[in-house]
Amino acid sequence: MIETHLSLLIVVLPLLAAPLVAILPNGRLAWAVSSITTFVVFLLAWQQLVNVASGNIISYELGGWAPPWGIEYRIDAANALVALIVAGIAAVTLPYALRSVEKEISKPQHSLFYSAFMLCLTGLLGITQTGDIFNVFVFLEISSLSTYALISLGKKRQALTAAYQYLIMGTIGATFFLIGVGLLYAMTGTLNMNDLSQRLPDLVEHRTIQTAFAFIMVGFALKLALFPLHLWLPNAYTYAPSVITVFLAATATKVAVYVMLRVIFTVFGFSFIENTPTDELFLLLCVAGILIMSFYAINQRDSKRLLAYSSVAQIGYMMLGIGFGSMLGLTATLVHLFNHALMKGALFMAIGAIVYRIGSSRIEDMAGLGKQMPWTFAAIIIGGLSLIGVPGTAGFISKWYLVLAAIEQQNWLIVAVILIGSLLAVIYVWKLIEALYFRTAAEPVNNIKEAPLMLLVPTWILVIANIYFGLDTELTVGTAEVAVKLLLGDPQ
Amino acid sequence: MELIIGHYNYWLVIIIMMAGFYTVISQGNLIKKIAGLNVFQVSVFMLYISIGNVKDGAAPIIEPTVELYSNPLPHVLILTAIVVGVATTALGLALVVRIKEAYGTIEEDDIHNQDHSL
Repeated sequence: MIETHLSLLIVVLPLLAAPLVAILPNGRLAWAVSSITTFVVFLLAWQQLVNVASGNIISYELGGWAPPWGIEYRIDAANALVALIVAGIAAVTLPYALRSVEKEISKPQHSLFYSAFMLCLTGLLGITQTGDIFNVFVFLEISSLSTYALISLGKKRQALTAAYQYLIMGTIGATFFLIGVGLLYAMTGTLNMNDLSQRLPDLVEHRTIQTAFAFIMVGFALKLALFPLHLWLPNAYTYAPSVITVFLAATATKVAVYVMLRVIFTVFGFSFIENTPTDELFLLLCVAGILIMSFYAINQRDSKRLLAYSSVAQIGYMMLGIGFGSMLGLTATLVHLFNHALMKGALFMAIGAIVYRIGSSRIEDMAGLGKQMPWTFAAIIIGGLSLIGVPGTAGFISKWYLVLAAIEQQNWLIVAVILIGSLLAVIYVWKLIEALYFRTAAEPVNNIKEAPLMLLVPTWILVIANIYFGLDTELTVGTAEVAVKLLLGDPQ
Repeated sequence: MELIIGHYNYWLVIIIMMAGFYTVISQGNLIKKIAGLNVFQVSVFMLYISIGNVKDGAAPIIEPTVELYSNPLPHVLILTAIVVGVATTALGLALVVRIKEAYGTIEEDDIHNQDHSL
């Protein structure tokens, strides 16, 4: 029973939990119900990955309606890996949420907060599971609308304007995607991705198909904050509650990158992209994004904003792999998707722990805190090393594959950009470490204690994962390679 | 001429779409931005409904005498999108109310000035 409906349960469980959590009294019960749901979903997502890890595909027909008429959930190694990232990050974020939310969000909003969190999780998991392109739009809007609400719960009033700005840009992005889907439907008469991939090759010369492609690409480039469409991201990450920053930074953009992968490689096929200037454009925007956004990160005075700009630069690395379109490039994209979720999750959690103690994320307010909060400080060091890409951490693995992909295509400029990007990361990570350890506060405050265990343990789970996946790459690289073979091979 | 009159609904879609999009970008008033966003979305609804129309097709309700029907699927799809649009508008307006409470204004420039004078 569970086995056959596994793919559906992953989406439906958080969806059912959302209204249930909303009617529960404020306080720990709402948190407990959402945590348990998330753990179950995580286990199911794990089982799902095990089921498809050898390269087979699970097709689940919703309500028993056969595709292409009914909605189909089509799971292969790529979906399963992304679903595992989303569910896994949610499962470590929720234990962290308890104390952080009690501190940052007023009590009457607690159960609604967890309810919106569950809806956001439903949306993100739905996007990864579905094989129907219109269904992607629906889940995208479920996750986006709940995200806007969650961001607006931030303590400062700028959170409201950040949420508003994201709402406007996100809706434009989603509507562009909708236009693209409409045009595809007009030409092919189908919405099933697998069906589309069979009907599109005959129509590639058609102007409508090319327009549809352009609309979908721009729409999702907005959602995944590809430079220069990233303007909503720094404010949203800076002013959102700490928990939401952790969750969004580690999952939302990754899911959008996954949709990009799916649309480019499964629906249109890479040969379509090679006949358009899209792949060169991606490489150009990624190179510009990596360099410019890293410089922006260096100049920030707020630690959350610094990491937000770093995220935009890191999205550049993920999209580079798509621009290459090669086996190695796509492996690097999928591996970096996974690893970046781990490193940014760990870093934002550690920053969130500091915010929990001092109530500010400004770098100057953190002077000398490293000595008072040694465990949090150590988490920032290891997370930072992973962000730079030091051997022995997860970040190294993804950079390694990316550099290999660039060398394979003899694109020395991009090899240089990846290395310069890493050097720039050294500077901005150092900026945090310098402030935390080597600077002393103008007015030293001595009563700041180490963050509570409820915050430290999830942070360190991610930190240890960063080291573990830097040494054992079987899950990440192994699954990514299986997924890439399916993405590049002929879809059955 | 055929290109313009024969596809007048699509031209209308493009005009409305651009009008809405331009409003979102050019207006500084947060309410007007939401209104522009709505107009922008409505143009997409029109696009979908145009796609569903089959030449000489009847409304998709089964009748023994009718043989050619319009395609009902785009209508169903766009019902979903309309619901999403309503939710987005509601959330956007709720945010504007909160912004008005926090800043005392809904003009983008004034909000910007207030945040930078702090």
